[in-house]
Amino acid sequence: MSALTLTLKQVPAQRVDMSPLVCQKLQGLSIADIAALELQNGKARQRVDALFTITGSDSQNLVIANSCDKLDYIGKQLEGGTLTVDGDAGAYLGLELKTGTIRVNGNSGLYSGCEMKNGLIEINGNAGDFLGGALPGNKQGMKGGTILVKGNVGARAGDHMRRGQILIEGNAGDYCGSRMLAGTIAVMGNTGRYPGYAMRRGTLLLWQAPQLSATFNDCGSHTLAFLPILFASFRTLNSRFADSSAAFNRVRRYGGDMAETGRGEVLVKL
Amino acid sequence: MIINGVTIDNTFAEAFPMKATRAIITAQNEKWAMISAQAMTGFATSVIACGCEAGIERVLSPEETPDGRPGVAIMIYAMGGKGLAKQLETRAGQCVLTSPTSALFAGIEGGKPIPLGKNLRYFGDGFQIAKKIAGKRYWRVPVMDGEFLTEATTGMVDAVGGGNFLVLAESQPQALAACEAAIEAMKQIPNVIMPFPGGVVRSGSKVGSKYPALGASTNDAFCPTLKGMTKTDLSPEVESVMEIVIDGLSKADIDKAMRVGIEAVCKLGAANGIRRISAGNYGGKLGPFHFHLQEIMA
Repeated sequence: MSALTLTLKQVPAQRVDMSPLVCQKLQGLSIADIAALELQNGKARQRVDALFTITGSDSQNLVIANSCDKLDYIGKQLEGGTLTVDGDAGAYLGLELKTGTIRVNGNSGLYSGCEMKNGLIEINGNAGDFLGGALPGNKQGMKGGTILVKGNVGARAGDHMRRGQILIEGNAGDYCGSRMLAGTIAVMGNTGRYPGYAMRRGTLLLWQAPQLSATFNDCGSHTLAFLPILFASFRTLNSRFADSSAAFNRVRRYGGDMAETGRGEVLVKL
Repeated sequence: MIINGVTIDNTFAEAFPMKATRAIITAQNEKWAMISAQAMTGFATSVIACGCEAGIERVLSPEETPDGRPGVAIMIYAMGGKGLAKQLETRAGQCVLTSPTSALFAGIEGGKPIPLGKNLRYFGDGFQIAKKIAGKRYWRVPVMDGEFLTEATTGMVDAVGGGNFLVLAESQPQALAACEAAIEAMKQIPNVIMPFPGGVVRSGSKVGSKYPALGASTNDAFCPTLKGMTKTDLSPEVESVMEIVIDGLSKADIDKAMRVGIEAVCKLGAANGIRRISAGNYGGKLGPFHFHLQEIMA
């Protein structure tokens, strides 16, 4: 059975809400049923087959081909299955993702992995602001699972993050890990200004020395036993994080943000 | 049945259901992992007075441990789940948390989860950090030598306790040498522990006592100094009897351990003063698991 593939016919003029197109909602539907589903496109509602060419039949292996950054809410509340995006994804990729895998062979927009609960999001390009964050006004961002970004990410990655891990092979923007409650953000590249701003708990694991604010206190150099276990858990990923040469257990530990409860930590590779 | 001049009695050992768990202790080197493991499994020879039976299952290479350091697998057995959880927690808190460079991990996947480091985290006084990695929750507790890393829970499973056999020899040194050989062989068998000192017990017991307060007392039928004073089970040439008690995750595990242990004893044979192999048979009063010696050695 070949993957159910929705190929975008042309870049839409307005933004499209892709949330109806997730594996669990398509299960058991015929191609005609899927074609007849309606998507919100700007102010209008349009049939799926008006926007996409449909091929294949395996709804648990969904491919959105020729994708562009106008397609929002891809994989919203996905519950099992694999969703592949060939091209860019718009905002709210994998919003409240429950289980399953979302793979983007391009860039993703704002709020990718926002408030996700579990599963894996793999972005082979760059990701926008508020990666794994909380929706405006909400108190908790991602609560579990893994986000892997092979490029760079925007500002406030992991804002209000509660649990899970965000792995960034490239650079992170300003306020990385802002208002974090717990969880782990690992950044191989550089971080912008104010990393860990107002974080309460959680871990920022950095390969490059950051420009920390004055509210982070130096706790000295340490060999931490949990790091080999953490790195071992990355070995199944298709990522530089999986390389054994990327692993280390010797870090400089900074505690903060002391302007908050100060139980968070920034660990910098030594 | 006679093997190398050693008579295998037509009897059976009786064992009873227990609850068991396994934990993995790692440290900077094997020496310190072993020190911690010995402390954790200390004073745990018999549930009669220790609250649990515990022992070192085996040494683990760095490749076999979760954190890539040398380690030791220990097992704890108790009569009930509540008692087991209590023993595990107090022993982990006093013997592993306190031991330099140690870390503590679950040794059984599945089963019913019971707290391993889940409550030890409070020692961190609010500075402890939880990490959920690959579906498992770990606690990082700040301590004076760095951080104590522990998995939150380990698995508790049904198990069998009290498998045993008796070695009857012409002298005390010969009985001990035979038991030492048996223990060396039995240590190679997974999923079992021999909880008594060095794996050997010289004070085997029978059920009941002339003193009402005691539930168990010396097994006078196998005491060589009482041969002329009680209904003895010993022939005149037997001068010393020692017992090996085995707890295992299943009856099959204990079967296997008893077989290799008895084989090792019989290898020494009559030429080394070993006369008989018997077992603690309490007429079916002690437990539902029966280990028939001749069937095991068939």
